[in-house]
Amino acid sequence: MANTLLDRLDARLDSIDEFEREPVPEKELKGWRGFLGMYAGEHTAGTEFVIGALFVAHGVSAVDLIFGLIVGNLLAVLSWAFLCAPVAVKTKLTLYWQLNKICGGNLALLYNIVNAVMFCFLAGAMITVAATAVGLPFNIPMPGLDDWLPTSVGWVITVFAVGSVITIIAIAGYEYVARFANISFPWMLLVFLAAAIAVLPSLGVSTVSDFWPAAKDRIWTGVPVEGLTQFTFWHVMFFAWFANMAMHIGMSDMSILRFAEDWKMGFSSAAGMFFGHFLAWIASGILMAAAAGAVAPGVIAFNSAGIAGAICVVIAGWTTANPTIYRAGLAFQAVTPNWKRWKVTLFTGLLTSVIACFPALVMNLLDFVALYGLVLMPMGAVVFLDVMVFEKMNLLRNYAEKSGIKFNWAAGLTWFLTLAMCLFINLYFGIEIFFLGLPGWFIAVLLYIGFSYMFQKKLESWNEEQSFSKSENL
Amino acid sequence: MSIFIKIVALTGLGFTIIPSLLVFTDHISFEMHTNLMIVGMILWFVASPFWMKEKEL
Repeated sequence: MANTLLDRLDARLDSIDEFEREPVPEKELKGWRGFLGMYAGEHTAGTEFVIGALFVAHGVSAVDLIFGLIVGNLLAVLSWAFLCAPVAVKTKLTLYWQLNKICGGNLALLYNIVNAVMFCFLAGAMITVAATAVGLPFNIPMPGLDDWLPTSVGWVITVFAVGSVITIIAIAGYEYVARFANISFPWMLLVFLAAAIAVLPSLGVSTVSDFWPAAKDRIWTGVPVEGLTQFTFWHVMFFAWFANMAMHIGMSDMSILRFAEDWKMGFSSAAGMFFGHFLAWIASGILMAAAAGAVAPGVIAFNSAGIAGAICVVIAGWTTANPTIYRAGLAFQAVTPNWKRWKVTLFTGLLTSVIACFPALVMNLLDFVALYGLVLMPMGAVVFLDVMVFEKMNLLRNYAEKSGIKFNWAAGLTWFLTLAMCLFINLYFGIEIFFLGLPGWFIAVLLYIGFSYMFQKKLESWNEEQSFSKSENL
Repeated sequence: MSIFIKIVALTGLGFTIIPSLLVFTDHISFEMHTNLMIVGMILWFVASPFWMKEKEL
């Protein structure tokens, strides 16, 4: 009986076909609405409560914040529209299977392990944020800025409860994730705004004209918390641009945008950047200033919007953690192709929940987000060049697939050397991690073109030698 | 039916944002604002799934 039930469940879950290993067929393509909802929901996340607050802690000024966010978010949208979406629409494959063709099985395997682990850390941060709200009614002690390890058994139980629900939704597939994001987004955005508006009087703002002076003097004061670095326009701009670098320049969102009818749907990311990041980071900055020292997002939201605010933090965590666990599941599936998708996602959810128990991740979120984008970026440059540019340069596309190799050294060396050079720039010139993505991308582009000419020429001359010696033998 | 669902869902959004504006202009108390936001949340999540489902069809 139990076996039959399990077999049926297994067959039901296995029948959810998401075209992970083949191009998305024409009839499965989706229109603007699905993408607008998906992006808007995904970028109005629980972690926005932390990011906006950390900007305040880093002492960014009001003018730098506003202009930095406008320019940075615009550059992020353009990166989705002109880099990621054209590649996704042209190949209709996930990044992981495209990498197999370009890089070969072994290098793609290495990349997928790194990628999946990074996604687990990111989703873990979102689960941590959601848990700060779920733990409120149970009086579970919340982690503070200095906490790195799990603070109590109650905290661990709360994190696993949240992680389990999110994992079950992610197992259900893309359709369910998109529907959940679609339904939640309008309400979540209004809760962010309502919470910020309601606490304005406590910051001395009683009319609209009071806002700008209070913004400059009491919220984004330009004075960092002791021990934290001072943020400028450039920090905000580059952070806003590269916060999702792994997804646009790094090409992870090929797994989502491969369902797009047209590359222009990459512009739907604007819903996430401007209605999500822009408004949510400003709102959470106001909430941080009004909260006078509290850092746990659940506590901040509850103090400013009551029970609805706390539930908003939970849902905001879910809507972002869902696609992130889904993506991590896809990455792990490429590593374990014989496992069924739902089993891989279940494993991913468990790993993510373990990571989420450690609050260190959330308390250092800005640095982690920058690092995660930087580590995955070089392979995004490799994929973009291979799919969009190589034919025009008379270079072979999908080199590993065509030459039958398991490790494309041109791509591998590009990845390793780009990261090594970024580390060198960071250590030798003292350039902060937030800024390394830009020079890093150009380094990756130059290296991949150079190495490809080198290795493809070698193969060409080797092939010529082979055919010459064969003809001599004849 | 569809108009009724839309009205309920939009009322939910109204109950979410409008109370904060009334707190800002000092017309209602902060407690009233948090209570009304709960009402807004319930209305939105009861009605919006039907609204979204209808749109998909």
